[in-house]
Amino acid sequence: MLNQLTTWQLAEKLARREVSARQAMQACLDQIQRVDGRLHAFLSCDAADALEQAGQADHALASGAVDKPLLGVPIAIKDVIAVRGQRLTCGSKILGNFISPYSATVVEKLREAGAVVFGRLNMDEFAMGSSTENSAFGATRNPWDLTRVPGGSSGGSAAAVAADECLAALGSDTGGSIRQPAALCGCVGLKPTYGRVSRYGLVAFASSLDQIGSFTKDVRDAALLLWAISGQDSRDSTSVPQPVPDYAAGLDGNLKGLKLGLAKEYMIGGLDPQVSAAVQTAVKHLEKLGTEIVEISLPHTDYAVAAYYIIATAEASANLARFDGIRYGLRVDGADPVELYRKTRGAGFGAEVKRRIILGTYVLSSGYYDAYYLRAQKVRTLIRRDFLEAFQQVDALVTPTTPTAAFRAGEKSGDPLQMYLSDIYTISCNLAGICGVSIPCGFTGNPKLPIGLQLLGRPFGEGTILKLAHAYEQSTDWHKEKPPLNF
Amino acid sequence: MDYESVIGLETHVQLKTKSKMWCGCANEFGAPPNTHVCPVCLGLPGVLPVANEEALQLTVLAGLLLHCEIPGYAKFDRKNYFYPDMPKNYQITQYDKPSTRNGWLDFEFAGGISRVRITRAHLEEDVGKNSHFDRHSGVDFNRAGVPLLEIVSEPDITSADMAYEYLNALKEILIYGGVSDADMEKGMVRCDVNVSVRPRGAAELGKKIEIKNMNSFSGVRHALEYEIPRQIEVLAKGGQLTQETRRWDDAGGVTETMRSKEMAHDYRYFPDPDLMPFEPSASWLEQVSRRVVELPLAKKQRLMREFQLPASDAQTFVWDAPLGNYFESLARKSPNPKSLANWVINNLRAQLSGTGTTLAELKFRPEHLLELIELVESRKISNSMAQQVFAAMFAGGEAPGAIVEKKGLAQVSDTGAIEAYCDQAIAANPGPAADFKSGKSAALNFLKGQVMKLSKGKANPSLIGEILERKLKQ
Repeated sequence: MLNQLTTWQLAEKLARREVSARQAMQACLDQIQRVDGRLHAFLSCDAADALEQAGQADHALASGAVDKPLLGVPIAIKDVIAVRGQRLTCGSKILGNFISPYSATVVEKLREAGAVVFGRLNMDEFAMGSSTENSAFGATRNPWDLTRVPGGSSGGSAAAVAADECLAALGSDTGGSIRQPAALCGCVGLKPTYGRVSRYGLVAFASSLDQIGSFTKDVRDAALLLWAISGQDSRDSTSVPQPVPDYAAGLDGNLKGLKLGLAKEYMIGGLDPQVSAAVQTAVKHLEKLGTEIVEISLPHTDYAVAAYYIIATAEASANLARFDGIRYGLRVDGADPVELYRKTRGAGFGAEVKRRIILGTYVLSSGYYDAYYLRAQKVRTLIRRDFLEAFQQVDALVTPTTPTAAFRAGEKSGDPLQMYLSDIYTISCNLAGICGVSIPCGFTGNPKLPIGLQLLGRPFGEGTILKLAHAYEQSTDWHKEKPPLNF
Repeated sequence: MDYESVIGLETHVQLKTKSKMWCGCANEFGAPPNTHVCPVCLGLPGVLPVANEEALQLTVLAGLLLHCEIPGYAKFDRKNYFYPDMPKNYQITQYDKPSTRNGWLDFEFAGGISRVRITRAHLEEDVGKNSHFDRHSGVDFNRAGVPLLEIVSEPDITSADMAYEYLNALKEILIYGGVSDADMEKGMVRCDVNVSVRPRGAAELGKKIEIKNMNSFSGVRHALEYEIPRQIEVLAKGGQLTQETRRWDDAGGVTETMRSKEMAHDYRYFPDPDLMPFEPSASWLEQVSRRVVELPLAKKQRLMREFQLPASDAQTFVWDAPLGNYFESLARKSPNPKSLANWVINNLRAQLSGTGTTLAELKFRPEHLLELIELVESRKISNSMAQQVFAAMFAGGEAPGAIVEKKGLAQVSDTGAIEAYCDQAIAANPGPAADFKSGKSAALNFLKGQVMKLSKGKANPSLIGEILERKLKQ
């Protein structure tokens, strides 16, 4: 089953001409046909275009192209990243039938590396949510249990990779939107350091927090994809001129001398006992692999969620202002521009997006700016400092990715605050601008649901957390488990 | 009671860059609607701004020309409001950390030099342009994202005329420095006015009223000429003014209420997370400071001082900078810069504009002009001859000496030859000769003319006069 392979496994088979890219692509399309009616990971998928690209990859392979590490590998894209000629909905009705006239930098880079870029993956509207229930086009379900959510906002990406509908996927992470669904679906989710990957072509939710990253079936794939999509981009002023190392080459299994921090503030009430036990076991395992475990403190952790929901919503309130019905997307006419705006935005945005726009508008309002936005930025600075101080003592931090395994669909959708708290372990990483990866570290008993372990690294310390994640993964079998999908 | 007005101006000027502020689209006026647009300046989903280096430089250059401080840290902010001509529904501008601040501008006004302090000159982006048709409206985004410099003055202006002169001086400086073409016709300059009145000498300012929608400097002057007496009249009748924004109705010649203070926008400024703060390095500043040029007023004063030019000539050389540079390059080698200025302004400029030639296309070498003047001053040729010589050198590029030689235009100062012509003229015109002898001195001019005719224009005029008088008085 070619769709079940990792990208590097498929690339090897393709290079040896054992299989064709078309076969691999067709295997993914067949799997989508078989399972996506239940999962709803994909919003759309242009099969003809995907097979056409795969055919071109086969031509290139036949003519001996060897310098493209992802040549012929099918990779699917969250519907918040622009691909030229394809719809870009962001899980929202407000974009109407908008077709992007340009491609994101990451998409260009994937294509340069030879990938077959296909499909539009479901998400919470404008990446706002933690369950993919906020999509205007219907929720995505968790491949391990269809009554449960896949997490979010990149729930479609996580479900598609976990269910072998593609070999890997791109998502975006603003407060955990890659790592949380990766944990809930049992795959590897990497959020790179802010500035590591160009945001050009990523529809902005919160510009200072957003980062594009990958969903993969193992850590080696995460390293390969990061290498492919990283680097400074002249179209993104916030991308950083930091050299891009060969991350895969650094996966040497040697953890000797690495120090891992456990934050005492993360041992909180609300942490599910099964999740807690799995993470503790994983920490012991990492110790056995040669790391030293050190307790550290992140004293401003309690304020992270509050600061996040001020900063993220403030930025979102401006970022989403462009969806006004004037130039593109949905338009509901009005007697004057203001009425047109009201009707268009009233009809086009879902409840969660409206809630966040209103909150963000409020915290920036004259008279409230200092008390909310400015204070939140100061808290953000303190949180970043907490991490940088911790990284003086340790090479990475280890935490649960989420307080619980996948929750039931509808369980939290009526209670935004409960939903926000499911990102409690992931949010600080975005506020601090550091990198983080979630990898499978076990399962709950009944039902059997994946549990995620999060490793947080220094700014541009992806090499270290990937090395740790890889060593752990290679000495455990969690990543080899597949959801039953026996509908 | 006597009242005084207090005026501050916010002037928006498009910067003279090849491309727009955040993308590579051309910054060019007059193209068909929506032809200079791309995903970035249309505000499509997912795009990001990247600051135009030349716009950053021109902003700081403008600041230097206006004697501003250049802070070591500037940043861009988002100014949030909805309007159909705004692609993102926020404008990127510099709110509390502008690129330049605390400067001043000196200009000639009312027979002296006035100074208006500059609060700040900051960089922002222009918006699109709305058009309204019979049944629908359209937006042209060619202008959206064009770099715009906003120059905010302190409320140092006291009259409509002073505002007008300030604006002209500002425009001249920006054109001079290559910061902007400042072409009003192309909408490159736009102005908002803040004006209040108060009893003369009062310490407190009156209620500030902002006037928008003036698209020319004379519009600003007219609006103030209307608005200041209006405010004074309200106060004089015991009424109250309220802080508000008014619109100038150019056709009606009146200002009218646009929105009150209560209806004022809350722009919800916050730092734009898509752009890094701008922290100019010493070497970058050094690079920009090399682009600083002499200010127009300083140049005028220097030309007057250095070359003893009258103000009008100096002003001509300020307005026509290439002509001024041409003059200056020769003036240093000229024994008589004043007459050089006359030649450059009265003859050279006239020929250039008459023939549509530029200085770069001149056929004669600059030194030839000095040579020509020398020929006149040493009386080798007459003034009218010099005109012919100039026309010939302008047309063919030959040296004036060679032209004089070739055409035999040299002035005849040989007294023998002139005496012969004089005798001939007196003999041929006994009537005028007798008139002169009987005291009608005007008759001499007639006889001079006759001598000049006989010499075919080559006789030295002052010699003719001397010899005729001597002969007639004998």
